[in-house]
Order: sequence, then C-alpha cells, then structure tokens
Amino acid sequence: MKNKYSIFTLIKNSFSYHENWQKAWGNPKPKSYYDIVIVGGGGHGLATAYYLAKEHNLKNIAVVEKGWIGGGNTGRNTTIIRSNYLWDASAGLYDHALKIWENLSQELNFNVMFSQRGVMNLAHNQHDVRELKRRTHANRLNGIDCEWLNVDQVKEFCPIINCSPDIRYPVMGSTLQRRAGTARHDAVAWGYARSADSMGVDIIQNCEVKGIKRKGDSIEGLETTKGFIKTSKIGVAAAGHSSVIANMAGLKLPLESKPLQALVSEPIKPIIDTVVMSNAVHAYVSQSDKGELVIGAGTDSYVSYTQKGTHEIIEGTLKAVLELYPIFSRLRMLRQWGGIVDICPDASPIISKTSIKGLYFNCGWGTGGFKATPGSGHLFAYTIAKDEPHALNAPFNINRFVSGDLVDEHGAAAVAH
Amino acid sequence: MFIIKCPYCGERDHSEFSYGGEAHINRPKKPTELTDDQWAEYLFMRKNIKGIHYERWNHSHGCRRWFNMARDTSNDKIHSVYKIGEKPPV
Ligand SMILES: Cc1cc2nc3c(=O)[nH]c(=O)nc-3n(C[C@H](O)[C@H](O)[C@H](O)COP(=O)(O)OP(=O)(O)OC[C@H]3O[C@@H](n4cnc5c(N)ncnc54)[C@H](O)[C@@H]3O)c2cc1C
Ligand SMILES: [Zn+2]
Repeated sequence: MKNKYSIFTLIKNSFSYHENWQKAWGNPKPKSYYDIVIVGGGGHGLATAYYLAKEHNLKNIAVVEKGWIGGGNTGRNTTIIRSNYLWDASAGLYDHALKIWENLSQELNFNVMFSQRGVMNLAHNQHDVRELKRRTHANRLNGIDCEWLNVDQVKEFCPIINCSPDIRYPVMGSTLQRRAGTARHDAVAWGYARSADSMGVDIIQNCEVKGIKRKGDSIEGLETTKGFIKTSKIGVAAAGHSSVIANMAGLKLPLESKPLQALVSEPIKPIIDTVVMSNAVHAYVSQSDKGELVIGAGTDSYVSYTQKGTHEIIEGTLKAVLELYPIFSRLRMLRQWGGIVDICPDASPIISKTSIKGLYFNCGWGTGGFKATPGSGHLFAYTIAKDEPHALNAPFNINRFVSGDLVDEHGAAAVAH
Repeated sequence: MFIIKCPYCGERDHSEFSYGGEAHINRPKKPTELTDDQWAEYLFMRKNIKGIHYERWNHSHGCRRWFNMARDTSNDKIHSVYKIGEKPPV
C-alpha cells in the first residue's frame, strides 16, 4: 500500500529533508507470464493498466516501457485539455475524459494540477466563423459547454490579443470552452503509475519490445530487451511507434508518424490566464505555472522518428504568435523540442481489437491525445478486459477504414491539439 | 532539417520541397473490382516504417518536378534519390 499524500505527510517528511519519501513505484524484474501486458508507459498505457486493475479486478498485469515512463509524448505535449470536437462520437469520447479529469487528482491522490482556465479557438475569416459557430451548436447539442465570443468579448476575455482589424489575419470572434484547460503532464503519468503499482501492476522501464510472437491468429508473448514475456493479451499504447509494433505482428495501420514541436519562453509574470488557439494562423499559447509561455507549433509533413522537427515550422509559428501578441516581441525562447505523433487519416484515434486475437491497439491520437488520457485508458481497459469495445469507443474501431465510417475531425483536431 | 539533392537541380534546403507520402503505391488497375479491404489498403494503410522509407517529393519551390527518395526515418539521413518510374534501390 502507498502512504497517502497530504499536508501532514509533507510536513512530516520535511523533518528528514524529504529524503525518506516512500518510492512511488517499484522497479520489478519481468515475470515469465502476465495475463495482460501493456506496451508503452505513457499516460495512455499507465491509465489502461490502472483501470484494468481497479475496475476489472485484474491483477497480473505489466506495463513495459522502452525508456522511462512519461518520456514520450506524455512528457512532451502542451497539455491542452478540451472536449469541443464536432461529431457526436468524438464529443462522447473526449467529454468522457474531461469528466474524469475533473476529479482525477482526488482519485489518484496525486495533484495533476488540472486547471480549468478555459480554451479559446479564434476565427480569422468568414469560413472560420461559420465553422466555429457550427461547432459551438454541435457541442451544445451534445451537452458540452461552448460559447461564441464576438471581437469585443474576445478583447475583454483575453486583453493581450491583438484585435486590430488591420492585421493580416484579423480576429473575427472565438469559441470559448470554460471547462477546458491544462494539467501537469508528468503528474498524470506518475499519478497513474503510482496507483497502478499499489494495486500490483508491474511497471517495467528500460524494456523495449522487439518482437511479437504469434501462433496462428493469436499471440503467445513478447520478445523484449529483458527477455521473453509470455502473455495472453497485449494492449499497445505506443503513440508514434504504433506502426513499428504493428509490423512486429504482421499488421499494417492507417498511420503516419510525424514530428510535432513545441517551445517555451523565459518565465514572465502572469499575463495570459487562459489557453488561446488559432487553427488558421497555426499558433497557440498558454502560460505555465512557472511563468513560461507554452507555445505549440505544427507538424512536419514527412514521416520521421527523430523526435526533432524543422526550424521553419517554429519560425512560422512564432511569426503568427507575434502578430497576434505584439507584446511578446522581446521575449526570448528558452527551450524547443519535438515528439513523434501518430496521425490517422480522419484525425481521430483508434481504440480497437485487431484481426489477431488478444492484440489490441490504442493509437492514432496524433497531435491531441493528452486531453484524452484518462478516458482513453478507461475505455481501452474495458475493451481489453471484455474483449469488446465500450459504446463510447466502438466508433473508433480499426475497421472504420474499411467500412468508410470515418470520424472526420480535421476541423477540430488538425493544428489545434 | 536536411539537404535534398533534387535529381534535376542539385542540392537544396529541404524547405524548397514538398512531401508526397509513401512511394510505389500503385493506383488499382480495376477499381470497380476491388473489395472494401483492398480499397482500405490502397487508401489508408501505410508502412510508416522506422528505417529506410521510400517516398515521393516535389521540388515545389524549384523545378516543380516529382522524384523519389530513400530516407532513413530514424535519423533523417537520405540514402538515395531516384527518378519517378525508376525502381527503388535496394
Ligand atoms: C509537441 C506536442 C504537443 C502536444 N500538445 C498536445 C496538447 O496540447 N493537448 C493534447 O491533448 N495532446 C497534445 N499532444 C499529443 C499528446 O502528447 C499525445 O497524444 C499523448 O500524450 C499520447 O500519449 P501516449 O501515452 O499514447 O503516448 P506516449 O506518452 O508517447 O507513450 C508511448 C510510450 O511507448 C513507448 N514505446 C514505444 N515503442 C516501444 C517499444 N517498442 N517497447 C516499449 N515501449 C515503447 C515510448 O517510449 C513511450 O513512452 C502533443 C504532442 C506533442 C509531441
Ligand atoms: Zn528541382
């Protein structure tokens, strides 16, 4: 059992200079057999293991991670959380996650710093205005909070936005989802890891999956850098590396893996207390609790696994940022990094069984899966435990690329994460 | 962040080029006879390889011609550039 984190344990541990905190998760050697192995120790994989243990009462579970937990896209994203997607299926999926976020810190006894500071999506032309108003109505019909702000209201809600009609892409209005916001990315991985570990899940780091052993149409186990692990079910949540794992089992996925970049500025005093996104000019900004501006850039066009993108992408983003916020013109940028995102043709994820018995995939979250972490783990756990999808993730099966029943979310997902 | 050697113009910064996706995916000869699975394969399924990837590029800010390239997607090193219609190098 884990000791509960509280103000009292904080005070108590301060007497020993915080050197005696209980380990949040262990460092086990892999057992020879697990009922279920989750591949990928990002937020999605760890959440899946947590819900398998908690809601389906399964105990013999491992998460194998090739690096350290949360070191993939979970620790590289700009942490925007919202559920204002267009279609009913997506609304169901993303709002399911948002509802879990609202109580996640309490549930995990780990402060994930979920902050419902609101997310704005700016419109810069007539088409944006129509599209975003349509999305506002669609969201409200699905019971998701969403408001339309005219230019004066935009200025009032976020005064530093340049609302002059003279700029190249003038602001013509915005949507606002007040329940949306940000969270601390690392904390999400750590919180799920700690709770999963306390329920007996083995979290095995520095363990790369190298092969999947198949027997006909079912699986036998995994070849890893720490030896062979026999198992009856494999749940893959490997983000940018999903196709690589699929290839090991002889499957092909409808994915392309591309670099996506972000950058942060030097820390400054609080200046922007919400998240502002703009699809048309390709820029979005929020401010971290440390004071850095967190700026999301775009993807490079080509397939790459290098975890670094090109300079021109950042240049384009910063140009747009400067036109929208001239006040930032003398800020220096502190760090820049990239992650590899797995993009589906319809910009919606896959949480699905496959043609191979016992092999499940949770992938295709592309540029925007952080917001879905709790919901994705919850539904993936259900799918693996019951060997059938939950109603909320049924539309996100892999077969939609054959049936043609796509969930086209390019408008809500493309640049904006 | 790499230099591409256009087979027609020579070495240029990659920002002059546009990516055209995985190469050597043939358009089905008899589209009306395809099953849904075959359509899905043609339209959506991609190798998405970590390693040598055969792909199409267009020199959009130069000669505007298409060509193919073999690039290692694990480090972005370009192994060879070859013309449309040519067989991929092994
Ligand atoms: C720059 C950037 C900004 C983003 N901004 C946002 C945002 O604002 N909002 C939002 O909702 N989403 C955003 N995203 C997307 C989001 O980060 C991802 O969709 C989400 O974090 C995916 O979580 P995951 O757990 O599936 O993947 P990851 O955290 O990447 O975890 C996958 C894990 O699998 C491991 N793995 C891979 N191959 C193997 C193997 N062979 N064996 C063992 N382990 C393996 C990896 O090491 C990795 O740790 C952003 C992404 C990036 C890169
Ligand atoms: Zn050329």
